[in-house]
Amino acid sequence: MKKILSMTLALSVSALAWTINGTGASFPYPVYKETIKQFYSKTQNRVNYSPTGSGTGIKEVAKRHVDFGGSDKPLKPTTLKKAKLYMFPTIVGGIAMAYNIPSVSNLKLSQAAIEGIVLGKIKYWDNPLIAQTNAHLPHKKIIFVHRSDKSGTTFNFTYYLSKMSKTWRHKYGARKTISWPTDAQGRGIAGKGNFGVSAAIKTNPYSIGYVDYADALKNHLKMAVVQAADGTYSAPTPQNFAKGAAYAGFSAKNNFYRIIAYPQKGYPIIAATFVLLPAEKVQTDKKVTQFFDYLYNHDEIASKLGYVPLPTNVKTQVREYWAKKGIK
Amino acid sequence: MESLFKRLSWISATTILLILTSIFVVLFLYAKPAIAEYGLKFLVDSRWGVEVSQPTKPQVSPSTKSSATKATPTTTPKDDNIAVNDEDIAVSDEDIAVNDEDIATDENVAVNDEDIAVSDEDIASQVPSSADEAITADDDIDIDETSKHTKVIYGGLVPIVGTILTTILAMFFAVPIAMGIAIFLSEIAPQSIAKPVGIAIELLAAIPSIIYGMWGLFYFGPLVASVFGGSSVSLLVASLVLAIMIIPFMASLTRDSMNTTPNVLKESAYAMGATKFEVIKDVVFPYAKKGIIGSMILALGRALGETMAVAFVIGGVFTFPKSLTDPTVSIPVVLANSFAESNGISLNVLFYLALILFIISFAVISFAKFYFLRDKK
Repeated sequence: MKKILSMTLALSVSALAWTINGTGASFPYPVYKETIKQFYSKTQNRVNYSPTGSGTGIKEVAKRHVDFGGSDKPLKPTTLKKAKLYMFPTIVGGIAMAYNIPSVSNLKLSQAAIEGIVLGKIKYWDNPLIAQTNAHLPHKKIIFVHRSDKSGTTFNFTYYLSKMSKTWRHKYGARKTISWPTDAQGRGIAGKGNFGVSAAIKTNPYSIGYVDYADALKNHLKMAVVQAADGTYSAPTPQNFAKGAAYAGFSAKNNFYRIIAYPQKGYPIIAATFVLLPAEKVQTDKKVTQFFDYLYNHDEIASKLGYVPLPTNVKTQVREYWAKKGIK
Repeated sequence: MESLFKRLSWISATTILLILTSIFVVLFLYAKPAIAEYGLKFLVDSRWGVEVSQPTKPQVSPSTKSSATKATPTTTPKDDNIAVNDEDIAVSDEDIAVNDEDIATDENVAVNDEDIAVSDEDIASQVPSSADEAITADDDIDIDETSKHTKVIYGGLVPIVGTILTTILAMFFAVPIAMGIAIFLSEIAPQSIAKPVGIAIELLAAIPSIIYGMWGLFYFGPLVASVFGGSSVSLLVASLVLAIMIIPFMASLTRDSMNTTPNVLKESAYAMGATKFEVIKDVVFPYAKKGIIGSMILALGRALGETMAVAFVIGGVFTFPKSLTDPTVSIPVVLANSFAESNGISLNVLFYLALILFIISFAVISFAKFYFLRDKK
């Protein structure tokens, strides 16, 4: 009798439990994965998220193949309106300048140095622009490592470069894939995915590249201290990402459309990741927001994995946005 | 029974042909916009994804301008401006078409004026001071992006050259080794060794290519780099990994065709006083020639189209390799790397590349067939 009761209970619970499917950006995947696990054990509700890339996330949710899409690149409000989508940010992460110089372990890069490296103007590690802030640099060619696939990380990194450097903005701009000037000089190599870049940095001495902070941490890469917009030097740490994120300036008025790289203070290379919802599917949207509300309430998951939770005032704004759109 | 059998074989042959044609047609249809855009110049252009400023396009520029002019009034009023904006969008379709490039083509930053202008006011209200700098910076980006009309140029020469180079090098490394293995297994090794080694080689053929890629990326590439210099992902590493991948195919097919040499032939050669080398050179090889060349053609096809393993170790850099240890890129790698995130013209370009690969493979294979396997009269 007891068994039957418990079985019917389990059945009724599973009947109430629901499943939603999402796809998109791989950048926040570790956080989503962990949150999904906890969310499932707490509520029995299943969330499936496959890290297929921002472009796929946008395409799939625009075609209504999934219940929500993830994207590292925010969509403009007009585009959202056209595609009948809602958008809100979920978490913030940092992009680290990871390097591999056997004799150096505390590299400090000024804005001019980063600009010179990516533009291919600085060819050797002991260039005065780098040597200004560092000692014991070897006279070795700089190998610049970048992504070989189209990626939101590249978009956010090049957006940062565009804001920092006028020359970069005029010549290259912010895109998901770039023909890097260092490649033309034969000093560039590329890796597929974040782990490809990490592996390339690890196995090639005197290289430097941009990697998601979480991946750099996982692969034990050395990360450079970078000059921020206000001229101070800032190490890639979640605290400094959070400092930068405080200047993000998200607003519900324009569906939180904002690329947050290069804030006035704090670590400059940061990026937010977004979720897109189909506007007409109110019922499933409510489930999706329930899941992300859980994510907002459990900041420790993101912090533990090297990401930064959204500032509290932004979370409040997002919740108000949900309420206003009737999807909370 | 007889007619049924005939019909069945006829149907299966036709199915394959149909599938082949449909692949070709689909590739062509999807590639058509790119072919129209870049034409045959694509084949000799080595630039990939390079933005070139262009004299103003007649169709696009007026609508962009109108969006820019319409955007300015929306910045001045404060809270209600979004509602105004909505109407704006609902009325003028041109505007949306321009702004919508994100979903349609995804090409440019073109962070458009109105959005940022709106958000800037919001920062001003949230972060009281210090927002001014950001606003000017943002405005700068916008003005630059919208005022100059750019066109992204794609050219396929680097991946085409990369594909041909990796394939030739891989064949160069693989053919002698595979022949050696096959001769050893079929003619020299005793049965007790030939069996397990043969199984081991067939096992190599069963390893998924991604594993070769991982192995190459983490272990083999750094090893090659430490011996030959250069970086851990390069043309040389890619060719070597490719060679390792195609050796098992070639070796086991060649062995099988060598095994079909009738013993009578070999024994009579030995009886004439021929040495082992002479028997292999003059009896076994000529007899098994067709099978050996067939195995090479199969391996060549695999080398041309190999994607995953090469994607990890070739470097993915759009430059011509100046030496063996430089990174470059091949057609399947470009497809694998860019497919998920592409749309619009950049997707069509990928199909154009795929079509080119299709044609290259077709040309190479049919050339090999006709040249090596023609019946000498």
